[in-house]
Amino acid sequence: MRAPDHPVMSKGDVLLAVENVSLGFGGVKALTDVSFDIRKSEIRAIIGPNGAGKTSMLNCINGFYYPTEGRITFKGVKRPKMRPYEAARGGIARTFQNVALFKSMSTLDNIMAGRSIRMNSSFFWQLFRHGPAMKEEVEHRKFVEEIIDFLEIQHIRKTPVGRLPYGLQKRVELGRALAMEPDLLLLDEPMAGMNLEEKEDMSRFILEVNQQYGTTIALIEHDMGVVMDLSDRVVVLEYGRKIADGTPDEVKRDQRVIDAYLGVAH
Amino acid sequence: MLYREAGQFKTNYVSDSAIFPLRQDRIGLGLIILAAYALAFLGNSFLLQAVMIPFLVFSLASIGLNILTGYTGLLSLGTGAFMGVGAYACYKLMTAFPDVNVIIWIFVSGFFSAAIGALFGLPSLRIKGFYLAVATLAAQFFLQWCFIRIPWLVNYNVSGALDAPLRTLFGIPIMGPNATPQTRYLLVLTIVIVLTWLASNLVHGRIGRMWIAIRDMDLAAELMGIRPLQTKLLAFAVSSYYCGVAGALLVFMWYGGAEYDVFNINQSFFILFMVIIGGLGSLIGSFFGAALIFILPIVLGIVLPAVLSPFGISVGSDVIEHLRFMIVGALIIFFLIVEPHGLARLWQIGKQKLLVWPFPY
Repeated sequence: MRAPDHPVMSKGDVLLAVENVSLGFGGVKALTDVSFDIRKSEIRAIIGPNGAGKTSMLNCINGFYYPTEGRITFKGVKRPKMRPYEAARGGIARTFQNVALFKSMSTLDNIMAGRSIRMNSSFFWQLFRHGPAMKEEVEHRKFVEEIIDFLEIQHIRKTPVGRLPYGLQKRVELGRALAMEPDLLLLDEPMAGMNLEEKEDMSRFILEVNQQYGTTIALIEHDMGVVMDLSDRVVVLEYGRKIADGTPDEVKRDQRVIDAYLGVAH
Repeated sequence: MLYREAGQFKTNYVSDSAIFPLRQDRIGLGLIILAAYALAFLGNSFLLQAVMIPFLVFSLASIGLNILTGYTGLLSLGTGAFMGVGAYACYKLMTAFPDVNVIIWIFVSGFFSAAIGALFGLPSLRIKGFYLAVATLAAQFFLQWCFIRIPWLVNYNVSGALDAPLRTLFGIPIMGPNATPQTRYLLVLTIVIVLTWLASNLVHGRIGRMWIAIRDMDLAAELMGIRPLQTKLLAFAVSSYYCGVAGALLVFMWYGGAEYDVFNINQSFFILFMVIIGGLGSLIGSFFGAALIFILPIVLGIVLPAVLSPFGISVGSDVIEHLRFMIVGALIIFFLIVEPHGLARLWQIGKQKLLVWPFPY
């Protein structure tokens, strides 16, 4: 895979900074004054009980929502109000809590569709499926085949994804996000509903993506074992507020986190 | 046994991503095209004029609507009007510039309906499904009003009708009262083959994947960097282009002359039914749909009396007419129950079964 094409950032630089972000829908506050950062090449987990605002946070990061207050800085530039496709073109990819694949397309076409923003042969050549259009198709096909090999899904290359079992669909969705060669990869519960073996596979892929390609990953996950093993740093949300931030060990010992998860005696 | 995948190895990505990866499919397609051309010399003028030319024209219009509704998932009821734009544009162009070959004008007229289609496609960014269908209905009524009320469109012809002027290609009449069904059939066939080939290239490449992505999961598509508005408008434009060319062919290559009324809402529904029966998101389905809805009633009209007469049942032509409607209606319901994804899916399943025949899998 190619290195991401943006001003060179080295490991440890702040890739994305969330500063005092609040998000409200009418009277409901989904996020209140949340600040944290995601550093280049790290795996950052966002955890919290149900309804804590984790998915809302991801939606703010990839441009689906615009924070009512506060600001988000990506690659050192303050993010203007934008449409999700602009965030995607800026280098942010994501997967969804409920699989959001293109059901009628094959695995191959799904991942190829993830390459759409990097393909630019003209409409004219597309009409004839020759010359630059075909050359581009083959070039990107090579890249997609690398992803298919990497995720070990060669056998389902031409199967419509609607027919695949859930665990494989999650894997294809990861492949589609990887096809965008993102600078920041957002994973919304990548292991929800998986059995142990599938979780182990998925954890391995996430670690390999991070280590081999240096992709920065932010993930939401409920399985604490996975979170503590995978992530470099963890931010904990509860009722839309940040209650803890730090390495897995620090977070594990934090009294407020323990209270949030186990409840407090009144 | 002849229809087998075995032994056909793909050694590069170009051949692996071919639209017809099976050799047998390519041979079959070649034979069908050859047969279609041979029909021009073997078929009588009734077959060409009353069956094949309209079948091809409706197939082309169905491909147009299929690009929009089948591939991109945007429901449209304005097909008739977009066909009309093509026909009126073609009429204006060929009467204003009679020296330019009319084949060029047929292709150019599609661009006018493409522009109008894209314009009426603008609401599609905000509205979806049935609501979008209602918005395209506005196009249908507004454009039809234009066809009636703007006499400039028919060159102030008192009858208000479009009529096909005499036009030639290399001295042979290809349009107008002197053009034989044979030459018109050959022309329509060639145009339909070329445009189907182009459509097939589009839907199998990047643009097709973007359309299907928007249809299957528009949010995910947008989060992957696909611009929804541009993609949808492109679908509207390409779809309307096909409908426009089909409209021009309908009037000038089939009817020979027509009034605004052929582009009414019924025409839109007619094409929509073809697309649904044939198979949403399938080019070959467009042909199947047109065949079922247009050719089947004609065949029944001929076959029914022949079948019934040996039993001593002689029925009047009016009864035949009623029977035709009933049988076609029943068949449509039958096919929708058997395979809601249309005839194209049945065709695909049939081919899959044939590949492994005589084994079940």
